[in-house]
Amino acid sequence: MAKIWIRQAVLRALDDAMTDDPSVIVMGEDIAAAGGPFKVTEGLLATHGPDRVIDTPISEMAFLGAGVGAAVCGMKPVVEMMFIEFIGVALDQLTTQAATMRYLSRGKLTVPLVVRASAGAGQGFGCQHSQMLDHWFRGTPGMKVVVTSNARTTYGLLRAAIDDPDPVVVLEPRILYSEREEYTFDRDYRIALGTAEIARPGSQATVVTCGAMVRVALKAAEQAACDLEVIDLLTLWPWDRKAVVESVARTGRLITLEEATEGAGWGATVVAAVHADLFGKLKAPPLRITLPDAPVPYAGGLEARYLPDPAYVAGQADELVQTGQTPAPWWRQAS
Amino acid sequence: MTLSNQHEPVARRLELADRLAQLVRMVEIRAVEARIQALFSEGHVRGSTHLANGQEAVAVGIAREIDPDDIVTCTYRGHGHALALGVTPLAVIGEIAGRVCGCAGGLGGSMHLVEPSVGLLPTFAIIGAGLPVACGAAMAAQARGNDRVAVAIFGDGSANIGAFHESLNFAAIRKLPVVFVCENNLYGEYTRINLTTPVTDIAVRAASYAMPGEIVDGQDVDAVGAAMAQAVARARAGEGPTLLEMKTYRYSGHSRSDPATYRLAGELDLWLQRDPIDLFAAQLVSEKVIDGDALPRIVAEQRDVVEAATQAALASPPPDLSEMLRHVSATQEGDSQRWNFWSK
Repeated sequence: MAKIWIRQAVLRALDDAMTDDPSVIVMGEDIAAAGGPFKVTEGLLATHGPDRVIDTPISEMAFLGAGVGAAVCGMKPVVEMMFIEFIGVALDQLTTQAATMRYLSRGKLTVPLVVRASAGAGQGFGCQHSQMLDHWFRGTPGMKVVVTSNARTTYGLLRAAIDDPDPVVVLEPRILYSEREEYTFDRDYRIALGTAEIARPGSQATVVTCGAMVRVALKAAEQAACDLEVIDLLTLWPWDRKAVVESVARTGRLITLEEATEGAGWGATVVAAVHADLFGKLKAPPLRITLPDAPVPYAGGLEARYLPDPAYVAGQADELVQTGQTPAPWWRQAS
Repeated sequence: MTLSNQHEPVARRLELADRLAQLVRMVEIRAVEARIQALFSEGHVRGSTHLANGQEAVAVGIAREIDPDDIVTCTYRGHGHALALGVTPLAVIGEIAGRVCGCAGGLGGSMHLVEPSVGLLPTFAIIGAGLPVACGAAMAAQARGNDRVAVAIFGDGSANIGAFHESLNFAAIRKLPVVFVCENNLYGEYTRINLTTPVTDIAVRAASYAMPGEIVDGQDVDAVGAAMAQAVARARAGEGPTLLEMKTYRYSGHSRSDPATYRLAGELDLWLQRDPIDLFAAQLVSEKVIDGDALPRIVAEQRDVVEAATQAALASPPPDLSEMLRHVSATQEGDSQRWNFWSK
C-alpha cells in the first residue's frame, strides 16, 4: 500500500474517468495549463488535451451553465469551482436550471453534471473562502450533494458522482488535500451515493458527521470516556436516514458534528428525522455540535476555536452521556 | 446507458422555400397568443403568462433557417418560438392549461415549453439563463465535430445581466457555434430600455467580444431570415458566434396583469403600422404567392385551427399525481427516454 496525498485521489478519479469515458470533460479556472491552484488537475492537460481539459475565463455563470448545456447534449462535464463560494454568482445554473431539466422534460433531457469544489475552514483563507455552503444545495430536488473525507472516499464518491445521471455537487475539504494516507487505488471502486458508513463502531452515542469533521470525530472518540460510534454521512442529500436511525437505535444517543453554522447545518434535519423515528427510545436529547452563527474568522487562534476540535467534541459527548443533558455550545457557556 | 435515437421527421418543421407556410405560422402564433389571453379570463391558466404578439417575424425567421438537430434556448416569452419550431398548438395550449397533452405534460406551464425533437430545451424563466446553456450545447457540437449550432434567444432585458456578457465572451474565446439572438422589444419587463441601458443598440456590444453584431428589422421575416442564415453559416463553418439584434415590439404588456400604461404615447400605433404579418402578407401578394384577399381567410382558418386545439387541450386531463414525483431524479427505470441530439 502506497502513501498518497489526498489531492492525488481527486486527480486519479478525474484521470481514470476521462480515460474510461470519452464524454467526460473537465473545466474551470486555472485547471489546465497551470494544473490547478491545489494541484488536483496536474497533468490532465498533457494526458487528455485542451479539448477536454479546459481553462475558462473567470466567469462562473458562463462555464457552469456551459456544463449544463454540454451535459444535456450528451457530455459528462466535471466543472470545478476553485472555492465553493465562487458558485454564488452562478447558483441559478445549478439549483434552478440543472436541477429542473429532467423534471420539465419528463426524463428526455438529463444533466449528468458534476460540480466539484474545495470547501471548508482551517487554513486562514478568511470568511469568503472557508465555508462549506452545503445548505445552498441540500434539499434541492433533482440533485445530490456529497462530501469527501479521505483518499478512499474521495476516489469512490467522485467516480460515483461522474457516473451518476443527475447533477452532483462534490465538496472536497481543502484542508485534506495536503494530508497523506495509505491508499491503493482501485479503478472499479465506487461509493453508492446516498449511503453512509460506520467509520468507527461504538456503543454509547452515535456521532453523525462528514468531511473534515470525520477525523475530528475519530480523534474525539479516542479521547472520550464514553464509547462513541462515528458515522461518515458521505452524501448530505439525499442522506442515509436508515443507517443513522439504525445506529442511534443501538446507542440511544445522537450527536451531530457539523462544519456548518448552527442556523444552517444539516444536523437539524438529522435530529428531526431521528426524533420522529425513535421518539421515546432515546437516552438523552440529541446534541448538535456546530459552528457558531458567525463568519469564519481569519486570526489563527480564533479559527481554531471556531472549528470543533477533538477535545471539545469529546468533552461535549462525555457530558451528554454522563448527565443525560445537552451541554451548551462554547459560545453560550458562562465564562 | 442506451440512448434513444428518435429522429422522426418533424411534420411541422418550417421549410425555407415554403413561404406560405411561414405566413400561416405567423398567423397561427398570433391566434394562439390571443386564445391564451382569453383562456386566462376563462380561468384556465394559472400563474402568469408572457405574450409575444407583434414578434412573430422573429420566431418564424429564426425557425426557418435552422434544423431540428440544432439546439434552441429561449426565454419564458417563448410560445411563438415553440410554435415556429414545430411544437403543435395543442402541445403549447395544453401545457399552458396544465394538461397531460402539454409539451411538458402539465409540469411546466407557460414559462417552460419544451420539445427535444425540434431542439427546444425547456424555456428559461430566469433572465439570461439560456445563454450559458447554449454555449454548452455548442461545446458538445464542437466536441463531436459536427456542424450543429446553438441558438440563444433572449430579450433586451437580458443584455444587462452578467450571463449575457459572460456567455458572449466565453463563446468568442472558444469560437463556439452559437447565434445569440436578442429580441429588442424596447421593454425589459415594465421598464423602457432607455431607463436601463446606455446604448440604443444592443448589437454594438458584440464589438467587446470580437464577434459580428448586426441590427436587424425584426418585423421583416426575410430580414430576420437573411441575418440568421449568415450567422448560422458562420457558426457551422467554425467561424464562431454572432450577435443579432432584432428590433421588434410586443403588443401586450410584460405579463397578463400588465396593461402597459408605461408605454410612450403613440408608440404602439407606430409599430402597428409595421405589423410583421401585414408586411409579410403584402410581400407574398407581390410575389404572387397569395391573392390580395387571402390574409383574412388565413386568419379565419387559423382561428378555427387554434380553437379546435384549445377545445382538445381542455378535454385533456390534468397530469396524474404520480407525475409529480416521477421525474425528479433518475429511477431504476433508467434513462431510456433520454433524447440523443447527435445520433446522426
